[in-house]
Amino acid sequence: MAAFTLRRLGEMVAVLFAVSVLTFLIFNVIPASDPAQSMAGKSATPQLVASITEEWGFDDPLPQQYLTMMGKIFSGDLISYQGQENVVERIVEGIPATFSLCIGAAVIWMFFGILFGYLSAVRAGGLLDKLLTVLAVAGISIPVIWLASVLLYYLAYKTGLFPAQGYVELSEDPVDWAYHLILPWFTVAVTLVGLYSRVLRSNMLDAMNEDYVRTARAKGLGERQVMTRHVLRNSLIPIVTLFGLDFGALIGGSAILTERLFGLDGVGLYAFESIENLDLPPIMAIVLFGAFFVVLFNALVDIAYAYLDPRVKLGSSAR
Amino acid sequence: MASELHAEASPTGSSPWGLALRRLRRNRVALAFGGLFVLIVLFVLAAPLWADHVADTGPNQTHTLEKIEVDGERREVVNVEGKPIGPVWLGGGGKFFLGADGRLGRDEMVRLMYGGRASLFIGFAAALMTTVLATILALLAGYYRGWVDTVISRTLDLIWAFPVLLLGIGLGIALALGGLAIGPVEIPSGSIWITVLIIGGVLVPYMARPLRGQVLSLREKEFVEASVAQGAGPLRVMFGELLPNLSSTIIVFFTLGIANAMLFEAALSFLGVGVQPPDTSWGSMIGDGFNLISSAPLLTILPGTMIFLTVLAVNVFGDGLRDALDPHSKVLLEAHSGMAEPEGTAI
Repeated sequence: MAAFTLRRLGEMVAVLFAVSVLTFLIFNVIPASDPAQSMAGKSATPQLVASITEEWGFDDPLPQQYLTMMGKIFSGDLISYQGQENVVERIVEGIPATFSLCIGAAVIWMFFGILFGYLSAVRAGGLLDKLLTVLAVAGISIPVIWLASVLLYYLAYKTGLFPAQGYVELSEDPVDWAYHLILPWFTVAVTLVGLYSRVLRSNMLDAMNEDYVRTARAKGLGERQVMTRHVLRNSLIPIVTLFGLDFGALIGGSAILTERLFGLDGVGLYAFESIENLDLPPIMAIVLFGAFFVVLFNALVDIAYAYLDPRVKLGSSAR
Repeated sequence: MASELHAEASPTGSSPWGLALRRLRRNRVALAFGGLFVLIVLFVLAAPLWADHVADTGPNQTHTLEKIEVDGERREVVNVEGKPIGPVWLGGGGKFFLGADGRLGRDEMVRLMYGGRASLFIGFAAALMTTVLATILALLAGYYRGWVDTVISRTLDLIWAFPVLLLGIGLGIALALGGLAIGPVEIPSGSIWITVLIIGGVLVPYMARPLRGQVLSLREKEFVEASVAQGAGPLRVMFGELLPNLSSTIIVFFTLGIANAMLFEAALSFLGVGVQPPDTSWGSMIGDGFNLISSAPLLTILPGTMIFLTVLAVNVFGDGLRDALDPHSKVLLEAHSGMAEPEGTAI
């Protein structure tokens, strides 16, 4: 187990390194993005551009530039080209909003995903099951942008029931914090509730045909106990897997849309602004930040999986 | 010959495809949504007809300072405050059926029809690209195993590790500005093919991973061994033996891939890094209209609804297709699944 964990962590570092190199390359082959030019402004003299190039080391060989940038990211004094603010500080500032959004949404989508999946598996073929299936498929197909616009217009702009934009710190006012986040939470959760309830439903239906369920029934357990203790429990393992991956991906950048739509001042919004300005330092840092969470949760899922399901073979023999 | 023998033996006398078709035909819901999809396709195909003969304008033609006659009353297309005219239905003789799209006063209905062309085209082309690439990679990795598999799988893992939307946006910015030139192939910046390439490429791992798993298990089956024993080469085994056994999964993945690609396109174009003007798509229309959401919500909600309906139709039909082709299969490729396959599991 320890060896397996170590091996996964080692792989994590390798993948993150590759991700950073790739990101660096993607943004360095853009012809139109000479950072010295954009920093100097539109009416800059060639001398100014040259001196900025010199000062920031844009003339260094690419590997050298890459190393300098990575060094700055880890020492925390990376400066953005546009506005020249501290990138790491900006990301740290955005973390509360992004985490509030993702964690709150995760609670909602897990709760309803499991509840709906359970209900429709227990009542498989019934009216409730059909209704929930329709809702789930609709949920999966909803474009986030559409849902957000409809909610924004009808619940915020037209009726004024909810605030349309902005984020309030949790420490400042917890009620207002939640009030500002309800619509974004709901927006993120809806598509995933559909997916999770359907995955859980199909897993539970499969599990119901297993021998251990027959055994549980044969020894006289009540239907509810069979369902919760045996069927549901075993069917939750893939859900945990899926959750880890989706949550990592959400923090790692899927929240950009929601943050932009609801004006939440998080890492995603910062990412979007930096990309619009072709501001490489923050982009590098944010992609690494995002990839870190994706890779971290991938690894956590593998480890949790091995822990939850002892049948999983560890090590390279798994292939 | 083999199929004839099979036909005689089975009482229904149907091939697997025939059976699947019959199952699909019995699935009314799936067929209804398939019909909805066809209607949407017809709607966007009719764009030039509507533009030329009914609305009498093009998708990019501006009418900022013009006035139109609605039910005998003259109204400004865009008023002094910059607010566009709302839907006038048939009051304007077909002009501005759904109103105008903003300060520029373009005909929303015409744009909705043309925008749908781009959205559907990108969804279709990107899904096709993903499916072809994913299938080839999965076949190579699953057939050769060993270092080929390692190289392919690690590369896919790498793309996988990128936050997918960030990667799409990054590539969108990079390529939308500079265009793309690989050898003789040159795609100018702003071409919608760039969006196709980005989406088609970025989504490959999500399809290739589950397919690779299937190939790996098929590879162990006797029919592959038999084929190799008969002297079949790698190509023959991959495309003659393995591919046909994957076909039902591939068809389902392709269908659901269209839905995924369309959602991705909407996100990219909304953020301004997908379809570039003068082209328009439903996603970029939402992006244009979003600033006006409090005064002219339809500009955002209408194209969004079109995406929703199309994706819904494709998903429900794809689901029915999966049930028909392989009632026992558990393949799932919605939004981000197919991911449910952590590395520790024995595939």
